Amino acid sequence: MSAPATPASRFGIARRGVGIGLTSLRDYGIVASFVLIFVFLTFKSNVFLTKINLFNVLDQNSEWGIMACGGTLVLIAGGFDLSVGAIFALSGVVAAQAAAHMNPTYAILLGALVGLGVGIVNGIVTTVGRINALVGTLASSIVIQGIALVLTNGQLVNVTKSGFTSLGQGTIFTLHYSVIVWATFALICGFLLWRTRYGRYIYASGGNAEAARLSGVRVNLIRASTYAISGLSAGIAGVIVASRVATGEADTGTFPLVVIAGIVIGGTSILGGQGAIWRSVLGILLLALIGNGFNLLGVNPIYQQILQGSIILTAVGIDAWARKTNT
Amino acid sequence: MTSTDTHVELLGIGKRFSGVQALQDISLAIERGGVHALVGENGAGKSTLGRIIAGAHVPDAGTMKVNGDVVRYNSPHDALADGLTMIAQELTLVPLRSVIENVFLGSETSRFGLVVKDPMRERYDELCAQAGFDLPGDDPVGSLRIADQQKVEILRALARDSKLIVMDEPTAALTSDESSRLLDIVRGLRDAGTTIVYVSHFLPEVLSIADTVTVLRDGRLIHTRPAESETPASIVTAMLGRPMELSFPEKIYPPDDAPVVLSVRGLARPPVFEDITFDVRAGEIVGLAGLIGSGRTEVARAIFGADRFDRGEIAVGGAPLKTRSPKGAIRAGIAMLPESRKDQGLHMRRPIVENVSLAHLGAVSSAGVLMPREERGKVQEIVERVDVRGASRLSALVSTLSGGNQQKVLFAKWLFRSPRVLLADEPTRGVDVGAKRAIYALIQGLAAEGMAVVLISSELEEVLGLAHRILVIRAGHLVAEFDGRSATEDDVLHAAFATGGIAA
Repeated sequence: MSAPATPASRFGIARRGVGIGLTSLRDYGIVASFVLIFVFLTFKSNVFLTKINLFNVLDQNSEWGIMACGGTLVLIAGGFDLSVGAIFALSGVVAAQAAAHMNPTYAILLGALVGLGVGIVNGIVTTVGRINALVGTLASSIVIQGIALVLTNGQLVNVTKSGFTSLGQGTIFTLHYSVIVWATFALICGFLLWRTRYGRYIYASGGNAEAARLSGVRVNLIRASTYAISGLSAGIAGVIVASRVATGEADTGTFPLVVIAGIVIGGTSILGGQGAIWRSVLGILLLALIGNGFNLLGVNPIYQQILQGSIILTAVGIDAWARKTNT
Repeated sequence: MTSTDTHVELLGIGKRFSGVQALQDISLAIERGGVHALVGENGAGKSTLGRIIAGAHVPDAGTMKVNGDVVRYNSPHDALADGLTMIAQELTLVPLRSVIENVFLGSETSRFGLVVKDPMRERYDELCAQAGFDLPGDDPVGSLRIADQQKVEILRALARDSKLIVMDEPTAALTSDESSRLLDIVRGLRDAGTTIVYVSHFLPEVLSIADTVTVLRDGRLIHTRPAESETPASIVTAMLGRPMELSFPEKIYPPDDAPVVLSVRGLARPPVFEDITFDVRAGEIVGLAGLIGSGRTEVARAIFGADRFDRGEIAVGGAPLKTRSPKGAIRAGIAMLPESRKDQGLHMRRPIVENVSLAHLGAVSSAGVLMPREERGKVQEIVERVDVRGASRLSALVSTLSGGNQQKVLFAKWLFRSPRVLLADEPTRGVDVGAKRAIYALIQGLAAEGMAVVLISSELEEVLGLAHRILVIRAGHLVAEFDGRSATEDDVLHAAFATGGIAA
């Protein structure tokens, strides 16, 4: 029969005004927060605005940043990937172990490809397998972590070949290779979303899967492919860290809190269909600045967790309210 | 009627939905302990009225009295306090929980916040006895057949001590056998003193059960009469018979030798639809008329590859369709405007330009990379052609447009590359009169250019005003065909309702 009335319509202009305010807060809040904190730290600390400090911050967060780029694609396509932490650990372990038997460059490639492979499996499980993304990738992360433990027997895998560490430790004009990899990966993912047919299909699949399907988009294929990219990103992140510390370690696969936090703080919606790579990059950098600020200003790091959690709640809350009032 | 005391009284009730007047000046008295039927065409406002009585919609105008007192319900919960409940068209059960839990959902007997089972079971047995049901109380509701799920809804209404139950198309999903049993239950409830408001468009059923019949048309009350003074024919006459408010463009019939573009042979997915065979020629608009739930939408979706079908062939321009997916259908030149533009057609939170080009991105990209200038140019051209108003910027979100303009965006999306076949399901739903006229002209213009059009609409006058040929579908079967030159609303409605003696 007739269309149901939205509750908001009864409140008319007042509610709409709130909706627009929240929408712009969601869209540009991340930029404002980032600038604020950056300026704040510049004035508060003499060390902050130095090349060494900033380059270090970038290097230390490159693994999170790379995974956040992959995760952003998954989220926009309407999925969710909790397994990147475990893939990260497995790839590092595989690369470290393989380095004993082959050219370290190939070992690193192999590690990254393992990430891609696991991502493909995740993609199939959560689309064709119809398994809920949260549960599916949580379960697969447990399996992956288990495989990494089996491979290493729970021990650290030390790599002595010198070539193995060049990816993680090498620099060009004091800028770490890892940062260049992050920047490149972010640019590629950003371009995919911004300017390609594939990117449009990602937005369409996450925003309204049925409408996308009826437009001829193969929604399952698109979603699965984002998991593959996310797996690859975790693989790359894993080998970077393994290379940086010349060690593969099965226990590094923590819950990918920072990755998801960075994406969400950036303003990419957990409900799919909206978001951007630059947002997630800024989100990760915002968290990084907060961590850096706590260090430089000598604040007890325990408070950092509380602050980070509160920021995530605020970001998700703003998204939810912006959606509700602006339907 | 056994009683003449008024249970619910409506005075001048009106309701608008985003600019569309769904109900206007409805005044009505519902007798206690009777069955009061609300009938009308799809979109006449009967469900809306039922929902207002049950508190699910808040009226914009008028007053409602229950037991003589003025009431104002803001939610079904408020109505429940006065003993008014509703059994909606879509059942509202929790499929994985047991029958008993569903029956007492929200009215559990509890002690210190803990649910106490035994008194609930006793009460459940009482209720079953009262209604004459025999339902396994511990089975999950999801394992029951639809007819039994409906009984659970009825038990729930009784458990809440309902004095009045609004039933919205309760038999729509039932077999005829199940329907007649449901009608017995309704009679039983009435005899036990419950007032029933029965919303339906199955006229024989309405006449067999109702004490009073109210006919609605276009959101207005036509009349309220005792059921014994009505016949199916008299109700149908009351439901139509309005002067044509909308002017339709002059029909341009395709030449007799126009080639067949869409050919459907023996399409079947029992029990939803079966043995669907028809052709549409170039330039021809074929109306697919039938009630909601008759299978008309399902047929269109099957042709488009959106849903599976079990048997049958579809050919476009003589070439059989091999890939049964929307992608395959689009490639073959079929386009479908889906029934619900919001849920199935558009990405409301994406810009106009992205919505229009989505299905044909290949045309504006090279090696997978989009060519924004080409894309915007092409979209601009089509958006102008279908005359989307309020699209000052192509980057504006679709959600900022009015319903009529959203629908035009949907047209633009499918005209991005001229399809050979256009399946238009409810192309003017929720659209104002001006936009309707524009959409009619658009459909007709497309046909005149040689497109084969299948038009589905709940608004019969729309089908009559546009279609060159009208196929009537009832219970999944094509039951009648009319020439657009001579068909009348009467013919089509009688075929759709099966009141005119046309063999099923």
